[in-house]
Amino acid sequence: MSEKILEVKDLQVTFDMYQGSVQAVRGVSWYLNRRETIGIVGESGCGKSVTIKTAIGLNPVKNGSVKGGEVLFEGRDVLKLNEKEIRSILGNRMSMIFQDPFTYLNPTMTVGKQITEVYRQHHKVSQAEADAKAIEILKMISMPNPEENMKRYPHQLSGGMRQRIMIAMALICEPAVLFADEPTTALDVTIQAQIVELMNSLKEQLDTSIVLITHDMGVVAKMVDRVYVMYAGKIVEHGDAETIFHRARHPYTWGLLESVPRLDQKTRDELHSIPGMPPDLIKPPKGCAFAARCRYAMDICTREEPPAIDLDEPEHYSACWLCHKECIARRGVVTREEVQA
Amino acid sequence: MVKYVLNKVVLAILTIFVLATATFFMMKLIPGDPFASVTTKIEVQQAQRAYYGLDKPVVEQYFTYMGNLLRGDLGFSMKKTGRTVVDIIQEAFPVSAQLGLFALFFAQTIGWLFGILCAQFRNRWPDYVLMVFAVLGIAMPSMVVGPLLRYLLGVVLRWLPVTGWGSFKQMIMPSLVLGLGTIAGGTRSMRASMLGVMTQDYVITARAKGISPVRVVMKHEFKNSLVPLVSNLGVSIASVLMGSFVVESMFLIPGLGRYFVDSITNLDYSLIMGLTVFYGAFLVTMNLLVDVLYGFLDPRIRETVKGAAK
Repeated sequence: MSEKILEVKDLQVTFDMYQGSVQAVRGVSWYLNRRETIGIVGESGCGKSVTIKTAIGLNPVKNGSVKGGEVLFEGRDVLKLNEKEIRSILGNRMSMIFQDPFTYLNPTMTVGKQITEVYRQHHKVSQAEADAKAIEILKMISMPNPEENMKRYPHQLSGGMRQRIMIAMALICEPAVLFADEPTTALDVTIQAQIVELMNSLKEQLDTSIVLITHDMGVVAKMVDRVYVMYAGKIVEHGDAETIFHRARHPYTWGLLESVPRLDQKTRDELHSIPGMPPDLIKPPKGCAFAARCRYAMDICTREEPPAIDLDEPEHYSACWLCHKECIARRGVVTREEVQA
Repeated sequence: MVKYVLNKVVLAILTIFVLATATFFMMKLIPGDPFASVTTKIEVQQAQRAYYGLDKPVVEQYFTYMGNLLRGDLGFSMKKTGRTVVDIIQEAFPVSAQLGLFALFFAQTIGWLFGILCAQFRNRWPDYVLMVFAVLGIAMPSMVVGPLLRYLLGVVLRWLPVTGWGSFKQMIMPSLVLGLGTIAGGTRSMRASMLGVMTQDYVITARAKGISPVRVVMKHEFKNSLVPLVSNLGVSIASVLMGSFVVESMFLIPGLGRYFVDSITNLDYSLIMGLTVFYGAFLVTMNLLVDVLYGFLDPRIRETVKGAAK
């Protein structure tokens, strides 16, 4: 179970802009075990998508560059591969599902063609064989009338069906790793649940591991084994899903959890949000990037950057001075429950 | 779809009717007539006018002409004695159309290719070079480019004949000159359109499939870039196919363009009307074809067309 299939080590990505270089990803490390789903969570612009897209050589922005780190996949560093080698992995061993099935499908190509295109790129088969394979995978994701729907264009399908097409496209080559970049954000809530369930069952059937990028803690709860919380280009907390939901130790994680609307919340109450804005990553702050928005900020937080501090539970760490043993010695353990009280 | 096309056809007929009417009366506003001359006797001129019915009131002439037009009769040329207008069109149009089709095919292909290259190499040297070429193509009229090319390719290098019509070699240079504006326009619009398409999300999806960059461009970007360009195609087709006076007279090509200008300077009423109506009908037909082609390229438009017809 603990066979690492993909590992990102100390990845650093910057974007050269007119105003200076934006340090979008500032030393991020995570790993993915076989048949596991990990979640990378954080607010917009924290670097979650960039981490993934850069890692697989898919960055839409040309001026982005990898400043350091490694992305190990099947024994090779993806960052050192040439374009052709990367293309042989993309869509085949690693594939991606995007946020918006409305804009990520080609409007002038039938969806069937869009699905078979990937398969034919990576397998030497005829169109008829590829069609048969596509129908097989569409049946697996319980798409109604696969034969008929293959001949349709994206605009003739509903949002949920389009996302199924995206999933079929990503899974037809039975990849080892599936990246899902906010796969449910653009969908209706009922469809969201179906898609989440579908992804969970496909993971088992196809022996695929999933990296889920999201800011929806609800989806995290339903899908994810381990969570990486990302803020301002860094991982600030990591732990298994259970730990993150119940025993999170980083104030930013608390903020994310508070922001989830609750059923028992009074309807007149304002939705919780984390005050302030993420820092400008052209000039990242000297200490903790979250210090300016943190209610618990101490002197040291603005002066020195907190290291990742291992906590009692296995694989749980938090990059926060509150977790440092000296702070604990003086203030005791600060927990979320205490904060809510 | 059928209803949509029928709708367009009715509109097209109406357009041609308005065109014919407007041309008829404007033509009559030009002072003089085809038979006014200082060398022929007044009596002879009068007899000629009476023969062609030009002595009748203008409104009556109009109704007579429209009546004939409805029967498909465009009349006799008043200057090219003994020849009908239909006859002249039948003889000259195929020449213009052949030259035009060749020029168009050639110019659109080059224009689109240049446009694709410009977009793919945006803001790098191939883009700049091709765009300079495109701007030059628009800025330089064919009466400048034509003689220069004839001198270079015909006189200095002796690769191509400088005039005449009939062989393939004779077609190359006139097509190039005729298509120059189209190349330039095609480059510019393909570049703009493709730059828009390149930032679309579905292009990222295509790249995420691991397919080759060439395939991404041709299968995903090109077809989507073509959609807005097709709307210009109708006008291009018609204007290029109907021939160009400058190019046709420069290369001594017996096409329609020459007759067009001659008919106006001679005030050859029936030929002016005949050619204008023919040109109008052709233009409208091409636009109609393009509308249908549009739906073929973009399934979403096909859908709205079907929807509108219901």
